[in-house]
Amino acid sequence: MSAHDDLPKLLDDCVHCGFCLPTCPTYVLWGEEMDSPRGRIHLMQQHVDGEPLSGPMVEHFDACLGCMACVTSCPSGVQYDRLIEMTRADVEREHERPLKEKAIREMVFQLFPYRRRLRALRGPLRAYQKSGLERLVRRSGVLERISPSVAAMERLTPPLGKARRLPELVAARGERRATVGMLTGCVQGEFFPGVNAATARVLALEGCDVVIPKDQGCCGALSLHSGREDEARAFARRTVETFESVDVIVVNSAGCGSAMKDYRTLLADDPAWARRAEAVAAKTRDFAEFLVDLGPRAKRSPLPVTVAYHDACHLAHAQGVRSQPRALLAGIPELTVREIAEPDICCGSAGTYNLFQPAAAGELGDRKAVNVDATGAELLVAANPGCSMQIATALRRRGAGIAIAHTAQVLDASLRGLGRDTVVARRS
Amino acid sequence: MEPRLAVLEARLAALLGSEGVITDPVRLRTYECDGLMNHRATPAIVVLPNDAEQVAAVVRECVAAGVPYVARGSGTGLSGGALPRADGVLIVTSRMRRILEIDIPGQRAVVEPGVINLDVTRAVRPYGYYFAPDPSSQQICSVGGNVAENSGGAHCLKYGFTAHHVLACEVVTPDGELAELSADAPGYDLLGVFVGAEGTIGITTKITVRLTRVPETVQTLLAAFDSIEAGGTAVSAIIGAGVVPAAIEMMDALSIEAAEAAVRCEYPPGAGSVLIVELDGPETEVAAQFAEARRLCEDAGAFEIRVAADDEERALIWKGRKSAFAAVGRISPAYIVQDGVIPRTALPQVLARIDALSAESGVRVANVFHAGDGNLHPLVLFDDAEEGAEARAEEVSGAILDLCIEHGGSITGEHGVGVDKSRYMTRMFTDTDLDTMQMVRCGFDPGNLCNPGKVFPTPRLCGEVPGVRKGPHPFEGKADLF
Repeated sequence: MSAHDDLPKLLDDCVHCGFCLPTCPTYVLWGEEMDSPRGRIHLMQQHVDGEPLSGPMVEHFDACLGCMACVTSCPSGVQYDRLIEMTRADVEREHERPLKEKAIREMVFQLFPYRRRLRALRGPLRAYQKSGLERLVRRSGVLERISPSVAAMERLTPPLGKARRLPELVAARGERRATVGMLTGCVQGEFFPGVNAATARVLALEGCDVVIPKDQGCCGALSLHSGREDEARAFARRTVETFESVDVIVVNSAGCGSAMKDYRTLLADDPAWARRAEAVAAKTRDFAEFLVDLGPRAKRSPLPVTVAYHDACHLAHAQGVRSQPRALLAGIPELTVREIAEPDICCGSAGTYNLFQPAAAGELGDRKAVNVDATGAELLVAANPGCSMQIATALRRRGAGIAIAHTAQVLDASLRGLGRDTVVARRS
Repeated sequence: MEPRLAVLEARLAALLGSEGVITDPVRLRTYECDGLMNHRATPAIVVLPNDAEQVAAVVRECVAAGVPYVARGSGTGLSGGALPRADGVLIVTSRMRRILEIDIPGQRAVVEPGVINLDVTRAVRPYGYYFAPDPSSQQICSVGGNVAENSGGAHCLKYGFTAHHVLACEVVTPDGELAELSADAPGYDLLGVFVGAEGTIGITTKITVRLTRVPETVQTLLAAFDSIEAGGTAVSAIIGAGVVPAAIEMMDALSIEAAEAAVRCEYPPGAGSVLIVELDGPETEVAAQFAEARRLCEDAGAFEIRVAADDEERALIWKGRKSAFAAVGRISPAYIVQDGVIPRTALPQVLARIDALSAESGVRVANVFHAGDGNLHPLVLFDDAEEGAEARAEEVSGAILDLCIEHGGSITGEHGVGVDKSRYMTRMFTDTDLDTMQMVRCGFDPGNLCNPGKVFPTPRLCGEVPGVRKGPHPFEGKADLF
């Protein structure tokens, strides 16, 4: 991240009031100062004061989900989001990780940001899921013994269906109201192709020409949120190049949207790119944010479903988008929205967190699943692929069956008059 | 590490497991201060017990080793009451956060000390009850900490302090025994001694709190005045008229600016002071008194009055006030939160004197206070990067306390004495007063190991001759009697 010298100054903003503690998932789990935002800021200060990045220190930084709930709850305006990103970058630069950990991390970062590599995996994964091998492997616990991270990856993979390619342009229905670029995302695109298709359809039905550049790559969110700055910048530059010609960029994945809105800071120190990055950041909109601003035009058909809406951290805390998805859902006739208890506490997905910290992520997932289950809703709506996979897995562990969909899929069903079965039949 | 601490560490690890004992220096340092950052000490050992028996066992080990110990809840205290001892053990209750029992017909709940204040209310709200003490940090401060500090809050004007809402405490005495102190028990009111003792005579491990019925109706108004004086006049007029508001809070221009920057509370622009008046109770009574309070604000010169139409608007009004302390971080690099009390009637004079102090010294002072009971929270602002700025701020801060004492008030309303204000105790009490208080303390903690160095200006051992008295101290050599 830019302006690294700012770190000591940003640390000074913390007045140690502790208001962040109850919203921090790891403090909620373990009740320890070092695993709270206030404690981590203290650790960062120790590092600034000359303490080397020791194993215990890194452990507590790694345990942070980066959910940004503390940013929302801080009355002093501490920019913890920037602090943790800078600190993670320090960790990557200065700290030597154990070999096995390094290998797993490298595998994740060489796989997830690359759609082609993910796509190449789809075929074998589908075969694995269909052949019954999946059940066998899970029962044997063999992956757990190889690496808990690998086991987590396997567990989290959603049931894969066929993926249809999206065209490069989906034309507006009726009079055109806007032309938007659409980010398809890596995980969203390969593991949840239905979400992208629904997003494009809804935008078109609401009168938007949807431009879906074929050669788009990863936005850099995973790398940015894990301290891999140079990698993140390279992804960001490419995404800026791809999308700078459109007026608005609509993003249906919370983590991606939040990273793209951060391009300004990410590329601030790069004179050739700073202004272009700022421009792209300024026209990035979350799907729900954009549609609420645009206003509804297409007719909503009734969808008699009880829905629990889950706030993705990178949507609610990082982008401040809370009311818009709820407004979109509430605009659907006969649909009931229920709130989930402890909405501010992360589900444990948090980008790569559930891969690198599977135990903590599992506990948080279970906590979220209990709260989701308690709503009695038939459908869970979340606007981030990571959350969907994480909560679905946790619900399965509980033996609770609930359908999961993205806001776009629910709207799509209503706009096209498909009826409730299309959304509630999609079991987790 | 000292050998006796190393031995103690091993014994504590055997008791609590490695999960419950922290000894890594980097981790220990994150516990070096509570909500007050200008006093710091890294504890030798931190323990995170899971239940009362573990707390008692830890205390027994400390006593056996002759090592001092300090209890800490969420670490939000503003007087350094939970400041650790570098040569001691910090007993953190943040894992003891179970609500053990909710007894709605009996209007009480039993909670562990690490339970967060607001979580008690969250748990009983569906039944139409709440836990009345509401410190501004209620979203994170622990009930155990509330008991130690006898915490108040905006609504203690009508509902009283924590002491009025605690029915019983299970405590670990300084010799490591579990004892039950109850408000119902005949004889000396030991619970009364315990609540507010700032952790110097034991650690509470279980608290039976009183639950209060959610009032039938709540009405909140925000009145904006040109000056602090006009706001002060309104406060006196309201209380003088016999209206007992649930809360009556005042903020000056500087603290409004901070709150605005932090939470965009949208208080009327240009206000020299704002007053938040909240009334609760039966609908008819509130309606009549609310109209009167409103009229009295207008009479005092309020240029804008807003009435909260619903809970959401009420929350917004309160948000500015409740976040004010931390929000000052937005307008000043550093600040001291002062806590003093004056008779309500002296409000205008004292505020004028604080203004003068601020002008003379060039140190900015933001004022936030529980105006109804004269509890002032001046926030003394300074830049810690500037040489000597902190010392100047400390001086102004101390002078404000002198003002409070001079007007017949007190050096603390609700934040406690802790380590930060022990030096001011002599300004309020004579040596004899302090000696007498020490005797009470020694009665519970003859070994002087339970949060030593807090509250009293000159810590001394229980057998020691206090003051300049001639002859043997009446308690000398007899401390073990207590």
